[in-house]
Amino acid sequence: MAKVPVQFTLNGSEKAEFIDSGTTLLNALRDKIGDTSPKGGCHQGTCGACSVIIDGELRLSCLMLAETCNGATITTTSGLAVGGVLHPLQRAFLDTFATQCGFCTPGMIMAAKVLLDHTPNPSREDVVEALSGNICRCTGYEPIIRAVLAAARANPQNAA
Amino acid sequence: MAIRRGRGVAAINYPTGMNLGGDPTQALVHSTPTGNFMVTLSSVDLGQGMKQIMAQICAETIGVPTDRVVVDTADTDTGPHCMGTFASRGTHRAGNAVIQAAREARQVMLEVAAEELEVNASDLETDGQGNILVKGAPQKSISIFDVALSAHFKRGRSISGRGMFLIPRSYPEKETGAMKPSTCYAHACTVAEVEVDDETGEVTVLTVKNVFEIGRALNPKMVEQQLVGGSWMGISHALYETTEPYYPNRDHGGTDFNQYLMPGPGDLAETEIIVLERPSADGPYGAKGPGEMCANPQMPAVANAVFDAVGVRIDTLPITPERILRALKAQAN
Amino acid sequence: MELRKSYFADVRKDDLHEIGQPRPRSDSPGHVTGRTAYFADRNFPGMLHLKMVRSPHHHARIRSIDTSEAEKHPGVIKVLTAKDVPHNVYTILILIQVGPEDETVLADGKVRWKGEAVVAVLAETERAAQEAAAKVKVDYEVLPAVFDMEEALKPGAPIVNEYHGQNYYLYDSGACRKVRFGDVEAGFAQADHVLEQSYQSSPIEHAPTETTGCVVAPEGNDRFTCHTNTQAMFFTLDNTSIILQMPGSKLHFVGGTVGGGFGGKVDVIVEPIAILGAKLTGRPVCFIYSREEEMQISSPRAAEKVVIKDGVMKDGRIVARKVTGYTDAGAYSRHSPYGAQKGAGHYPGPYTVPNVWIDTYCVYTNRTPSSAMRGFGVTIGDFALEVQMDKLARLIGMDPLEFRFINAYRDGDMKAHRQPTEGAALIECMQEAARVANWPVAEKYMAMSSYKNGA
Ligand code: FES
Ligand code: FES
Repeated sequence: MAKVPVQFTLNGSEKAEFIDSGTTLLNALRDKIGDTSPKGGCHQGTCGACSVIIDGELRLSCLMLAETCNGATITTTSGLAVGGVLHPLQRAFLDTFATQCGFCTPGMIMAAKVLLDHTPNPSREDVVEALSGNICRCTGYEPIIRAVLAAARANPQNAA
Repeated sequence: MAIRRGRGVAAINYPTGMNLGGDPTQALVHSTPTGNFMVTLSSVDLGQGMKQIMAQICAETIGVPTDRVVVDTADTDTGPHCMGTFASRGTHRAGNAVIQAAREARQVMLEVAAEELEVNASDLETDGQGNILVKGAPQKSISIFDVALSAHFKRGRSISGRGMFLIPRSYPEKETGAMKPSTCYAHACTVAEVEVDDETGEVTVLTVKNVFEIGRALNPKMVEQQLVGGSWMGISHALYETTEPYYPNRDHGGTDFNQYLMPGPGDLAETEIIVLERPSADGPYGAKGPGEMCANPQMPAVANAVFDAVGVRIDTLPITPERILRALKAQAN
Repeated sequence: MELRKSYFADVRKDDLHEIGQPRPRSDSPGHVTGRTAYFADRNFPGMLHLKMVRSPHHHARIRSIDTSEAEKHPGVIKVLTAKDVPHNVYTILILIQVGPEDETVLADGKVRWKGEAVVAVLAETERAAQEAAAKVKVDYEVLPAVFDMEEALKPGAPIVNEYHGQNYYLYDSGACRKVRFGDVEAGFAQADHVLEQSYQSSPIEHAPTETTGCVVAPEGNDRFTCHTNTQAMFFTLDNTSIILQMPGSKLHFVGGTVGGGFGGKVDVIVEPIAILGAKLTGRPVCFIYSREEEMQISSPRAAEKVVIKDGVMKDGRIVARKVTGYTDAGAYSRHSPYGAQKGAGHYPGPYTVPNVWIDTYCVYTNRTPSSAMRGFGVTIGDFALEVQMDKLARLIGMDPLEFRFINAYRDGDMKAHRQPTEGAALIECMQEAARVANWPVAEKYMAMSSYKNGA
């Protein structure tokens, strides 16, 4: 099978790989580059577990071909903590007990991050809308919604 | 045509552990040279938080803070046998095994401390902070750190313990069905309030008020996780879920999350959870298994609320708009 | 969530240090940073991908299987059929002496449900495995199938599973698990009203976000390490040992960090065939269900039919309850015979009824085998029981909650399966529910207690 080169920035570092043409970004990240934080819950675009941020936009990495990401800037959940300090969303998910099996968590955090990046002070409806592409089978969603709202409140810019 | 409101109630009980027993679980506990404790199991954490709960149970029994305990589980080369994580058995069965193992380890720990302090082991107690004190004379104490060092390097003692929990298997009597399905039961009562659109058949669950009796909330935040998630699943089962929408016809089965329906973050009922604790006689610190039963009472409570709202009985799950509309039509005729 | 400490305070000591504390979960930091290692996060060089060729028919005889084209497909390393599996006919509960063996790892001569595994293809890439699977030719003779439990139980119905010989599981007690307590017919005769109703559910999928699967690596010394998301490590190991006729000492299972189970990961399906693939190729193998397989191939919660006949007095006492439960096992037993009889131990629910008759059947049909799920054997029964309770209350013009108080079990009450009730707390749950929901209940019920001599 023809190999094609891909090159992008992942969580601040340059990555370059030769991959089989047609490989999804999800499989390239997990199997080639070794970032297993995006999860494959369906490989068909219906669960959100594979969510990543590409050039500031939320994307389902199972529905993207890696070769279309050349030159892109990609963020995954494994790259959110800086210098061992958790991102406020990670902190909030921890503190409010918003993870159970944790399989949906990286995708949820990605979706929430894009929301907070664009809408630092979201309403509950904004959060619901932002998470509506992500499936969680354990929590019943309410704890996750609360975690995202708590993260937003923790942002000093949102101090009333 | 109108939006109609109704409410319904349901009450249930649920057995803890594998039906009819006969489902063993073992645990091993040992201390490291500096007085941390390892719990070794082969039990599986499905996301409910088994590892954390076993750490808390071990810590409570030994008398140390939970962060001094590490749980190593689900490696068949190292962990002793566990029947598995199902039937609300994890906390109950493995928890009891961990208590037994931790008690044995604690006893050795106290014996070594007694030798160091030149007192009787029975005169010692733990302060829960990592120290062993002489009862009534707390100034006379030794840290568990020092006890473990002494056990390892000076006294040649293994601070360790073995635990096994087995409820003997019950065999149902053929003609009468006399049997012992379980040793303890959790309980619940749910009141659900719904709105039914009698034009579309759509049901909105407005509120669910769930009261659960679970023996003991070993970690209240984690219990809450189970109960909130379970309540959601119960509503989901009531109104949406099936792999065969026209059962027993095999057609139209969903193959992805777009076709297999569940309530999303925008479809949540306002959920209230109250927990009662009647410790069970044979549960670890009185705990019963809360993980399964918490999803059961919502189904009948919602069904009863639908009847209260629109006066039709849907006795087939899931309670879909189609079933409601057909029943309303039949009622009108 | 609120803990109501006032209930049962007399039988509970709240003097613990670590228990009862909302300590943070030790696994959560791994979850929020994406560092938690699930089975599928293991990647081994040279790993093969396993894909199943599945039956397109509900019930058919296999005339022939031709794998020659598939074997020639680029990237294909091995194609497995029934003859490659050392002990191909198995049943998982054999470990606790619940037989007979009734299911094949790979179909041999017959398929009994649409989706049944027939041929396993191992290839260098997932895509190659998928493409090669499509090239396997199976010649089927389609047989009549039965989907409806009532049809299946009729004489002359097509036999779903010859290992049973009839379309129900044969217990030592006969065609069903039975409970007989008191005299149910006398109870009906004495009752002011008799109400018989039938309830039905449809199969339900566990739908964990992480699908079922495993990754197997040969250790190079004749041992195999299987990274799996099974809910039961040794149960899976020991069954694999039987199926592969391989000493358990050659098997090493690692797991325990699972992306949701809900009962869906207690069948032993993916591990034996993946380990066999690793053994026969000497390569690491992964076999991970697609979402479609998880939805339609993995065992669902069984559909159940529950028929309840009750005799009730005008004053609210239930004097007789007869329950007939049917569990749709699909084509194979898996855990269903156990689930069906769990229902027998559960009815008549948390109520004290003097005359009880229970029959629970485990029925075979030509559909995806069902198995355990959260609330196994009880969930659908509770739906039926509690809707029935609502109907009974309305039938006699009584408040549904008060009606339950009258019948609620209390410590010392004899259950139908002849165990005295211990540790009951139904009454207190209902009292608290009445309070939080502002559901008016007469004072005498609010003063009741589950204790033996409680008011
Ligand atoms: S794996 Fe991409 S949406 Fe499910
Ligand atoms: S925590 Fe398990 S799927 Fe969300």
